[in-house]
Amino acid sequence: MNAPLFDIGVSVARIAVFFAFVFGLVVIMTWVERKGAAYMQDRRGPNRARILGMTLGGIFHPLADALKFLFKEDFIPDSAHRLFYQMAPMFALAPAILTIAIIPFGPPVTVAGRQIPLQIADLNVGILYLFAVSGMAVYGVVLAGWSSNSKYPLLGGLRSSAQMISYEVSMGLSIVGILMVFSSVQLSEIARGQGELLFGILPKWGVFVQPLGFILFLVAQYAEANRTPFDLPEGESELVAGYHTEYGSFKFSMFMMAEYLHMVVGAAVVATLFFGGWQFPYLGDAGFLFPGGAAVAVPAWAVLLLRIGSFVAKTLFFAWLYVWVRWTIPRFRYDQVMRLGWKVMLPLALLNIFVTGLVLLLIDRGGV
Amino acid sequence: MEPILFILFGAIAVAGSIMVVTRKHPMASALYLILTLFAVAALFVLRQAHFLAAIQVIVYAGAVVVLFIFVIMLINVPENKLPVERLTALRFLGVAAAGLLILEGAVLARKTTMPGGTAADSGSVQAVGRALFTDYLLAFEITSVLLLAAVIGAIALAKKKI
Repeated sequence: MNAPLFDIGVSVARIAVFFAFVFGLVVIMTWVERKGAAYMQDRRGPNRARILGMTLGGIFHPLADALKFLFKEDFIPDSAHRLFYQMAPMFALAPAILTIAIIPFGPPVTVAGRQIPLQIADLNVGILYLFAVSGMAVYGVVLAGWSSNSKYPLLGGLRSSAQMISYEVSMGLSIVGILMVFSSVQLSEIARGQGELLFGILPKWGVFVQPLGFILFLVAQYAEANRTPFDLPEGESELVAGYHTEYGSFKFSMFMMAEYLHMVVGAAVVATLFFGGWQFPYLGDAGFLFPGGAAVAVPAWAVLLLRIGSFVAKTLFFAWLYVWVRWTIPRFRYDQVMRLGWKVMLPLALLNIFVTGLVLLLIDRGGV
Repeated sequence: MEPILFILFGAIAVAGSIMVVTRKHPMASALYLILTLFAVAALFVLRQAHFLAAIQVIVYAGAVVVLFIFVIMLINVPENKLPVERLTALRFLGVAAAGLLILEGAVLARKTTMPGGTAADSGSVQAVGRALFTDYLLAFEITSVLLLAAVIGAIALAKKKI
């Protein structure tokens, strides 16, 4: 097989696999969300949809939902700005899909004598691409709110744009510490750097070297994804459903997909930046190497599987955390959201950068 | 491949910016502006300036235009009340000036040779960072003072009593 054809084939395969993984997770998350909510509220949750007499705990409900969304009437309100109204769901969904591209799902593998990174695109700008693309998500929300030409969506759109701009600042600053520690903006480099050991015992995961950065990033991410406790843009008790009040059928489902994609990709990014990405604790290329000196040899294929499995497990955990938080923490008031963003998160993020810089300088000087 | 992409994104950038100034509805203008900014970012990528492209999208498409749209939303002029712009002498002057600029560009392009291909990593995060914090440190720091002055000025103008 010639080289360019091989490259194209590998690229297509990677895109297909990651796409399937993330979208599969999106479907499962809609089920997890409802089941999780039900268990936290001491009820059973969805359990009616069945195929051949099987309900399997309601796992078929996302399928029923998808069919319902597809076959409902595609309705456009009379007073809406037609073109912008139809563009808004696309503006919401496209950035969410594009962010999948830079997440490393595993270490580079060697196939037929060539190194293949398990990542759709290992960009030099790395995490900056993520910020650039996810910054576009605000347009979907704003456009939906404005073009519906109705009070509640407009309020939701305004709230959300103010919120997303505010938290984008602290989100960007909260990971500067991580970038300084691993001296790279490339997610693949950051994931590789986290395989080292801290003081000879602790894995050098982002959460251990940047605990404050982790908390700030997680909070900012919840605000960016418009999830509780920051779901003011769609606060149902005050705004009906916020920016997508006037949307129905498949356009509404595109907003839902965008939200769940943000959750899944966000979970993967947290896992990559702060929890070692595909790194399995104490697992090297040849096998386990524990701090005490004990070593266990593991075949290469098992190492690869363990690493990919470790990434998937971490992603699943953080995706679940979104659900967990949503059904346990009540919504903030709007002025509280703004105060938290500008007067607490921003100064803390700046302090984190300063302290990280100071410690790195001292380590450099002292040669620790 | 590169010339094709250059022509493609260049055409999108030019067409987008023409649409920005000719659309009647401000929201349409703002959305075309995003398109133009993206096309320009793509041109940066073609010149290996990856960092610049990312920053272009983050700052301009991700923040500045959001504020434009914010203002358009808040003012929210109904479509039938949008001001009708008339053709004035000033507009013809503007077209003439634009023509002159294009002519100048054409003349310059004939007289000077284009710089050759840049090194693959000259626009990477590392290269730009090193240049900013060594050769251009003073200019970089002074820019931050300028931005601070702009922030303070904006607050002083917006708020009578602080």
